[in-house]
Amino acid sequence: MPVLTLSNAINTGLRRVLEDHPKSIVMGQDVGSLGGVFRVTNGLQKDFGTDRVIDTPLAESSIVGTAIGLALRGYRPVCEIQFDGFVYPAFNQIVSQLAKIRARSDGRLCLPVVIRIPVGGGIGAVEHHSESNEAYFTHTAGLRVVCCSNPLDGHWMLRQAASGSDPVIFYEPKRRYWDKAEVSESAGTERVLPLHKARIVRAGSDLTLLTYGGMVQTCLQAAEAAVEDGRSIEVIDIRSLSPLDLETITASVEKTGRCVVVHEAPVFGGFGAEIGSAVTERVFYRLLAPVLRVGGFDTPYPPAKFEDQYLPDLDRVLDAVDRSFAW
Amino acid sequence: MNPVQLLDIDGELRPHPDWPLDVTPGLCRDFYRRMRLARQFDQEAQTLQRQGELGLWVQSLGQEAAQVGSVTAMRSTDYVFPSYREHAAALCRGITPAELLIQWRGNRHSGWDPDRYRFHIYTLVLAAQLPHATGYAMGVQRDGADEVVLAYFGDGASSEGDANEAFNWAAAADVPLLFFCQNNQWAISTPVRTQMRAPLHQRARGFGLDAHVVDGNDVLAVHAVTSGVAQRLRAGMGPAFIEALTYRIAGHSTSDDPGRYRTDSELDSWRARDPIGRLKRLLDKQGWADKAFHTEVDEECRTLAATARSVCRDLPLSDFSAVFDTVMAEPTSLLAGQRRQYLEFVDSFED
Ligand SMILES: Cc1ncc(C[n+]2csc(CCOP(=O)(O)OP(=O)(O)O)c2C)c(N)n1
Ligand SMILES: [Mg+2]
Repeated sequence: MPVLTLSNAINTGLRRVLEDHPKSIVMGQDVGSLGGVFRVTNGLQKDFGTDRVIDTPLAESSIVGTAIGLALRGYRPVCEIQFDGFVYPAFNQIVSQLAKIRARSDGRLCLPVVIRIPVGGGIGAVEHHSESNEAYFTHTAGLRVVCCSNPLDGHWMLRQAASGSDPVIFYEPKRRYWDKAEVSESAGTERVLPLHKARIVRAGSDLTLLTYGGMVQTCLQAAEAAVEDGRSIEVIDIRSLSPLDLETITASVEKTGRCVVVHEAPVFGGFGAEIGSAVTERVFYRLLAPVLRVGGFDTPYPPAKFEDQYLPDLDRVLDAVDRSFAW
Repeated sequence: MNPVQLLDIDGELRPHPDWPLDVTPGLCRDFYRRMRLARQFDQEAQTLQRQGELGLWVQSLGQEAAQVGSVTAMRSTDYVFPSYREHAAALCRGITPAELLIQWRGNRHSGWDPDRYRFHIYTLVLAAQLPHATGYAMGVQRDGADEVVLAYFGDGASSEGDANEAFNWAAAADVPLLFFCQNNQWAISTPVRTQMRAPLHQRARGFGLDAHVVDGNDVLAVHAVTSGVAQRLRAGMGPAFIEALTYRIAGHSTSDDPGRYRTDSELDSWRARDPIGRLKRLLDKQGWADKAFHTEVDEECRTLAATARSVCRDLPLSDFSAVFDTVMAEPTSLLAGQRRQYLEFVDSFED
């Protein structure tokens, strides 16, 4: 089994999509000869041609709007937005068109469009290059929103997202692009889950850490560190934010009775609030402590020199774990 | 439409009937000095990034004439909206090396007081500053002020909806705004032809803007055209557009690898049109700059480089808690609470 970085694993996923679906198209800024600023589309234009791997003009609204048009014509666009902070010019097309055309057409039209977005911080970037904006999209009916955290999932979730019939916002945690892992490209291994299934990445019995994307590694480290305190922590990589695999989540919290949600995005009005309410509504009587949230602060993403303080880290996760146990 | 040129690549003057400019030795020496300083500073910042002192740098290398020629054609009271590569223009406005570098070191999001220099903070989201410039110019119009507004952007940014909406509204509202596009042929790896079919100045005319195209590596032409256009703007003749044809000699940023998408021969052909070399040929041919002048400029460049190096390492870094203080003009309980929690959390590790 090849060992691939997350970036390479998504690249091979895109290759398979281009091979498996003759109508699929990869499009975005600098995805062609440059291979994307993170090299995720490296070599694709050379191998599949400029008709199928398109360097777009610098216009995000048009990237999504045009992808919608291509989809209406039977194509399956996989768009790249260069950085999280640059998806907003496309917001109108995503929220009012991409997400709604199926319902607006009484279910007659469907839009198999994937929008890949490198997301989050941790790479010391300048402003607008480190944002976590998933809550805008999970709040929008008509979109599927997923976030991979490792090479295997990057490869398979991309292939699954690009094989469906609905629009998918596909987040890639950019600080994990260089993480390596074995990636099997043939189906059938049990490691490959359905797109909207959460994954228990570490089993435990005393507390459930719910997280996704770049924070999965951080939570795993926190769980390891908590062993010293005699705490057995279960870590769940949610993977799919919308729809949300509440079955796996509630089963875990029912078992542990404690739950902490961790994400990079600001906490106020963030996705953790949805999980917290959903869990509380379902397993209220099993909870030994309120669902706690750990996330970014409610400030714009700070200058690079401050990102270590801004982003949840081992200490902040463990602090929340302590608070949960101390309740 | 041929780009306006007043100085050819051999350093010969080519006076233009429509764009008169009083080409004095003093003016040429001043431009030369400013461009040399800008290049030196840019080079030093690039080096500082390579040494790990800056997180990122976007070079202005090769675009000195477009920036120096244009910004010096404005009055110091005219407000300027830069994009993010306008370091040469910023230096002309008096913005200091420390103020320019701090953002790229990652200590702050911006380094200077925009009001003080009449130079807005950099905008990294492409074309977003163009509607801002339009609105600012509407304010100037309503105030009846004797000011005009200058907005810089790139060829790539011109594809954004914000850019075209700004062109349209500025023209419709007849505001005193000059759109200045540095067409440096590339938007990261994407060449101009991928962005557009019609030349930019032609598109601008379709919006009703008074549009011109100029050799952006000819500081005299840029200055003459920008001065002329600014004069018309001041006379209330409506918003204008200048497309300066230039070239991004360096990669897009220190993260870029231009070898993946463009050829050496293209680069060489533009190096031959270098704005500084060209002006130097003029100075030499005309005997307008003596040895003392060159020694002085060299010395000034060395001093600037040394300053950049030393201030960069000493750039102040505030405490993280300050991040909470700049979000809102009026305090909120959410931010105050988070600031307190953060400080308590930090304190909990100290004992
Ligand atoms: C809305 C938006 N989309 C994408 C980007 C990423 N990006 C930064 S610079 C750049 C190319 C800009 O090209 P151009 O406007 O020609 O300016 P230049 O860099 O050549 O000065 C891109 C795609 C961005 N900053 N903002
Ligand atoms: Mg450009």
